[in-house]
Amino acid sequence: MNDTTESLTMAAGALPPWLSFFTLPSINVRLVLAGCILLGLCAGVLGCFTFLRKRALLGDALSHAALPGVCTAFLLTGTKDPLIILAGAAVSCWLGAISVDLITRYTRCKEDSALGMVLSVYFAVGIMLLTSIQHSGNAAQSGLDKFLLGKAPSMLDRDVWTLSILSVIILGAVTLAYKEFKIISFDPGFALTVGLPVRLLEIVLATLIVMAVVVGIQAVGVVLMSAMLVTPAAAARYWTDRLGIMAILAGLFGALSGAAGAYISYLGPGMPTGPWMVIAVTSLFAISLLFAPLRGFVPRFNRVRRTRKKTAQENILRTLYVLGEKEDRLDAPCSETELLKYRPMRAGAFHATLAQLVRRGLITESPAGCFALTTQGAEKGAQLTRLHRLWELYLATKLDLAPDHVHDDAEEIEHIITPELEARLTAALANPGEDPHARRIPESHAAAQMGGQS
Amino acid sequence: MSDGFWIVLIGALVAGSCALVGCFLVLRRQALMGDAISHAVLPGIVIAFLITHSRNTLPMLIGAGALGLFTAFLTSALERHGRLQADASLGVTFTWLFALGVILVSAFTGHVDLDAECVLYGEIEYAPLYRAFWGEIDLGPRAFWVLLGVTLANVLFVTLGYKQLKLCAFDPGLAAAVGINAALWHYLLMAFVSITTVGAFESVGAILVVALLIVPPNTAYLLTDRLWAMLTLSVILGALSSAGGYLLASALDSSTSAAIAVVSGMLFILAALFSPAHGAVPRYLRRRRLLASAEALAD
Repeated sequence: MNDTTESLTMAAGALPPWLSFFTLPSINVRLVLAGCILLGLCAGVLGCFTFLRKRALLGDALSHAALPGVCTAFLLTGTKDPLIILAGAAVSCWLGAISVDLITRYTRCKEDSALGMVLSVYFAVGIMLLTSIQHSGNAAQSGLDKFLLGKAPSMLDRDVWTLSILSVIILGAVTLAYKEFKIISFDPGFALTVGLPVRLLEIVLATLIVMAVVVGIQAVGVVLMSAMLVTPAAAARYWTDRLGIMAILAGLFGALSGAAGAYISYLGPGMPTGPWMVIAVTSLFAISLLFAPLRGFVPRFNRVRRTRKKTAQENILRTLYVLGEKEDRLDAPCSETELLKYRPMRAGAFHATLAQLVRRGLITESPAGCFALTTQGAEKGAQLTRLHRLWELYLATKLDLAPDHVHDDAEEIEHIITPELEARLTAALANPGEDPHARRIPESHAAAQMGGQS
Repeated sequence: MSDGFWIVLIGALVAGSCALVGCFLVLRRQALMGDAISHAVLPGIVIAFLITHSRNTLPMLIGAGALGLFTAFLTSALERHGRLQADASLGVTFTWLFALGVILVSAFTGHVDLDAECVLYGEIEYAPLYRAFWGEIDLGPRAFWVLLGVTLANVLFVTLGYKQLKLCAFDPGLAAAVGINAALWHYLLMAFVSITTVGAFESVGAILVVALLIVPPNTAYLLTDRLWAMLTLSVILGALSSAGGYLLASALDSSTSAAIAVVSGMLFILAALFSPAHGAVPRYLRRRRLLASAEALAD
């Protein structure tokens, strides 16, 4: 591998290796690249369906279940012809899938136990056959045990052709039966009631996975094949709530990491392709986990923080408004101690919030350290107080809650009532003037503006 | 004492220690934890090897144990904070660690005499060859003492934590309500699973550990509805598999570890078919009798 890569590098016009890869200098590079991309693509797309059915480790179980088939095919035919071995692997993989199904259907054992038992017992049967063959002293057997370890760098013309045909079959079947697979993934019960052949579809899906697994283990090995069936789907899930987009993304992630694996093993001779594919796809997963806008950790954390910040600001505005109301003067100054008496907060958050409000021009700070609402701040405070009191009134009149039980609930909902909900509350309560504590409900900000315009 | 005796005894100890923690894994639907841990420890073993430059058991056990716990930790973190479903969390975690391990092995392959296979495919036949010595006195196979220690630790853990483990497995909500620290017991269980997996697979191979962790407990699960009976039965079934596997392997001249796993699988199939309470055949017969008596009533 080392020598060939070096001579290839020179042949490509003395480009450095990290560049010469992109000129696809040799047939070997092209084959490995194509094979890895196709494999990642198929595994990623199929993985979405097992992922949604909470059978993400089905790939793991099935790729272990291939071993007895590999050995049996050899025992029966005495050759190591890849196609015969592949067929044997496919048969025992498929039996493994059926066993998982039988165990979950007819015993009280759970899904994960069924997968684990099929994985370990099938693999053990394979090891028994393998050791038996090895002990028999048959010279032709050497290399049989390497079958499941993966050998992407030595991918042959024929392997890539097999992979291409299988990819067309897999992607074609998924596209054609997309709606059906979608229904059995999300709601098998519903699929039965609308008359879909659920059993048949499940078998077709399992067969597609078996096909991907069987060619995949040859290229990347047993464990890493299971990664290609789980991780791209898990990564894609963070970006979207739609299955179609998820499948496309997962296929893309799989293909990208396939390319990355091929690239890295080209750069570092002796670097295994399969494991680097997995490292690449796990990096994509980590990025999705952290930064995907929809479900990623950082955006989710930021949303929570923004809401907290907004709530804290609104709480202070409202406290100032209510205090001002008592003194009949909305811009009445109020000291920090007084504010904290009505609105206990952590000191750090309290000062930060006050500073934000000053910056937004909603309150002013006097040299004496007192705070007062600006006109704009008073408007906002009035609107919040209006929502708060509308909600209190709604709970008291429409839901028959005692007036002394409504404050805490209103305290939370005042931050999230939308203008539409406000309009409906106003209509339902017939544009009320007073809340259950006989305090005035401020005019709607929007309504007041509109009144001013007309 | 003959090698055969030691092999069966070591197999029985592996079966016993695996079954004790395995029952809880099965009940908590974490049956694939053993598989995950036995793959994920690879980088730990390689790192321990690179640091100490020896194939000494203790550093490797420590490295592997640390990675085992890390796997459990990362899986829970992904599940809780990453909002990923349990099976996918496990899948992402252990395949990543295994890939890392393989890369480490191939990156240092020039300098170290270590390959992924020797870690994962230990063989129980060779276990009697590595002896433990007290001064000059031959105390028997080292694996026997390691596994005796692991088994005793597991017996102690399950006996002392029986109530807590039981409650956490069956009703985590109630466990939390009566003040049991569910997270603490989760990690304790994972720690013992790691110790068991690592302690056992060094001498008998990963595949046997993965099988014995879940196959005998599932067989027992088909035979009884009581936890203590499930624990006892799965230990007995594991020991039976060990003896049966030894005989099967001698007859077929194949790997003993694999044969033990295969026998445990056969016992599972027998239980799935003929278990009085949950087996397929008795259930079918009961249903037919019921139908017959219903028809008789209708007449």
